[in-house]
Amino acid sequence: MTDLTQETISAEIADRHQREQGSGAVHPRRDFPPYRSTVLRHPTHELVRADPEEIELVSPAFGHTDVAAHESDLTIQHAGEPLGERIIVTGRVLDGDGRPVGGQLIEVWQANAGGRYAHKRDQHPAPLDPNFTGVGRCITGEDGSYRLTTIKPGPYPWRNHRNAWRPAHIHFSFFGTAFTQRLVTQMYFPGDPLFGLDPIYQSITDPAARARLVATYDHEVSEPEWALGYRWDVVLTGPGATWTEPEDPDHA
Amino acid sequence: MPEQTPGQTVGPFFGYALPFDGGPEVRAPWQPDAVRLHGVVLDGAGSPVPDAMIEVWGADGDGRPSTERGSLARDPNGFTGFGRSATSADGHYAFSTVKPGVGRSGVGRSGVGRSGSAPYVVLAVFARGLLHHLLTRAYFGDEPDANATDPLLRRLDPDRRGTLVATVDGPRSYRLDLRLQGPGETVFLDYGTAQ
Ligand SMILES: [Fe+2]
Repeated sequence: MTDLTQETISAEIADRHQREQGSGAVHPRRDFPPYRSTVLRHPTHELVRADPEEIELVSPAFGHTDVAAHESDLTIQHAGEPLGERIIVTGRVLDGDGRPVGGQLIEVWQANAGGRYAHKRDQHPAPLDPNFTGVGRCITGEDGSYRLTTIKPGPYPWRNHRNAWRPAHIHFSFFGTAFTQRLVTQMYFPGDPLFGLDPIYQSITDPAARARLVATYDHEVSEPEWALGYRWDVVLTGPGATWTEPEDPDHA
Repeated sequence: MPEQTPGQTVGPFFGYALPFDGGPEVRAPWQPDAVRLHGVVLDGAGSPVPDAMIEVWGADGDGRPSTERGSLARDPNGFTGFGRSATSADGHYAFSTVKPGVGRSGVGRSGVGRSGSAPYVVLAVFARGLLHHLLTRAYFGDEPDANATDPLLRRLDPDRRGTLVATVDGPRSYRLDLRLQGPGETVFLDYGTAQ
């Protein structure tokens, strides 16, 4: 186990946030050393600006032949009920102009209520739940809406530094109307005390952008005697089709 | 205007959720037009990345994007253009797909493509330790004339151009290694989406 302390990691995060104040960057910085695994896995060259062609301006199509309706309920995949706090997560997927992204695939995966993934490489000594796998899928409605039933995942330890813990989260994968809108991200729960300590969440240096990954508790979504409700809307922008090629051939 | 939702890393545990049966077989390998596209994903130390996932998205043999559903539940005679391959323990990914046609003189039907573009497929790279996925293109090494006039390839530094061109390494087989960092770092693309 590493001797790297939370104090060191937190200081690195604070320093980086300070330097990037007001940058307005939406996405995480790929070069973000407080998350140690990024060190050898981020490109050092600037990305090269490319004009999207037809293939990049459309997206793979998925439908109800690909995904069965029951896959949106992660609590009914086994003989018994999983342990934990039953929740409903619902919202809409929109593009940058506010139009719904309808008929598109959403995939989710998550730890169980004890913070353990049903993945062979998860070594966290928390119990597996024989009634919970933690994988779901759905197709958005024509209005971009989705609705999942699951269990609130637990926070879990990881080995980035000593006593490192991930805030509770659900992993989400989205397809937009263009392949350039592809998005893989994580949804968090309001008020998590681990937010400030987590280098993955804090790799988004703009506080307003970070906040967009946190679902809202919505009592209108909660169902009496059944489940608590969270709302999380998602926006997929791009692809900047009006951008035109620069003339300078050596620009890149 | 609604504001873009940020990305986050795919993490270490996607392997039991995102890969699916037949995911790498965009075109069934026994089909006469199937080609293999494969390579290794390498980090900045030149070590293979065993916990990456590559997605491919490409047009059909006539250069048309597919609008067929069924990428997850495949029709063996169909072609949806989309595939997914998790890397193996030695960092290897592999797809069976088709080499896209270039359409009408290479001009995209939406009018946004430009003449002269060479056939390519789009690749998306996800990995633990990669906080936001990367997009790139795989062009084909046996299309030297088309590649020479491609608007993107022409614009690239000649030293880096080759990182987007898959080399022929066997009958109907192309190899493109993806280097996330360091010598021979792959050219990754920004399509003007939010940073
Ligand atoms: Fe996770």
